Amino acid sequence: MKMRSSLGRVRGLGSAKDGVHHWWMQRLTAVALVPLALWFVGSLLGQVGGSHAAVAAWLAQPCPAIVMVLLAIATFYHAALGLQVVIEDYVANEGLRLVAIAVMKLACFALATATVFAVLKLAL
Amino acid sequence: MATERATGRSRPLSPHLQIYRPQITMVLSILHRGTGIALSVGTLMLVWWLVAAATGPAAFASAQGFITSWFGLLLLLGWTFALFFHLCNGIRHLFWDAGHGFEIKTFYASGWAVVAASGGLTVLAWIIGLAGRGS
Repeated sequence: MKMRSSLGRVRGLGSAKDGVHHWWMQRLTAVALVPLALWFVGSLLGQVGGSHAAVAAWLAQPCPAIVMVLLAIATFYHAALGLQVVIEDYVANEGLRLVAIAVMKLACFALATATVFAVLKLAL
Repeated sequence: MATERATGRSRPLSPHLQIYRPQITMVLSILHRGTGIALSVGTLMLVWWLVAAATGPAAFASAQGFITSWFGLLLLLGWTFALFFHLCNGIRHLFWDAGHGFEIKTFYASGWAVVAASGGLTVLAWIIGLAGRGS
């Protein structure tokens, strides 16, 4: 059954094509986080109880610093998408829901920025 | 509930969580969301640790002091399991997204595999971590 108008078929544009954006970015960051999370646990095991000098020297190397920045971006992006769904599910009041999502997203953005800054300060 | 108030009569509700006997499928689904929320909170400790390291040795020492206290280690143990569970079950989710593993038998098998893998990886990580700490 054809559900689209003739004009819509001719233009071939369909929807605005961002209906699955949230879903897709959640999967994309999830796939990215598989190796990143394994690297993270593996690396931190080497830093357990380490001195400040040892941790600073570790993040002063390009590779750990770059991967840590990637981890921070992917983690907070993924967390923001996931927490958004949690808030949407449990906060019934529309105004409160809007505020909660806004605060949560800004917090994720701020935390990601703090992480990236901290890593760059140690690395550069 | 808004509908109930509007119509002025109580309508039948679908059975809620406590009605059901816990099954691995539902328990793992709830755990996936729970560990996701827990890990979001856990990022606060990571951010604190990294910002403290960037601030200097004194700030780093106080962050490290909290993390290596019994309470910090307890949190770390919980977050280790949460991370491995969310990781393993997340991979399970990605297989479903690709259209695989929808047989009932496969649901149960992959569920128990996730429990075993996340438990095993947590124990393994802590053995390696504690052994490395001693040296």
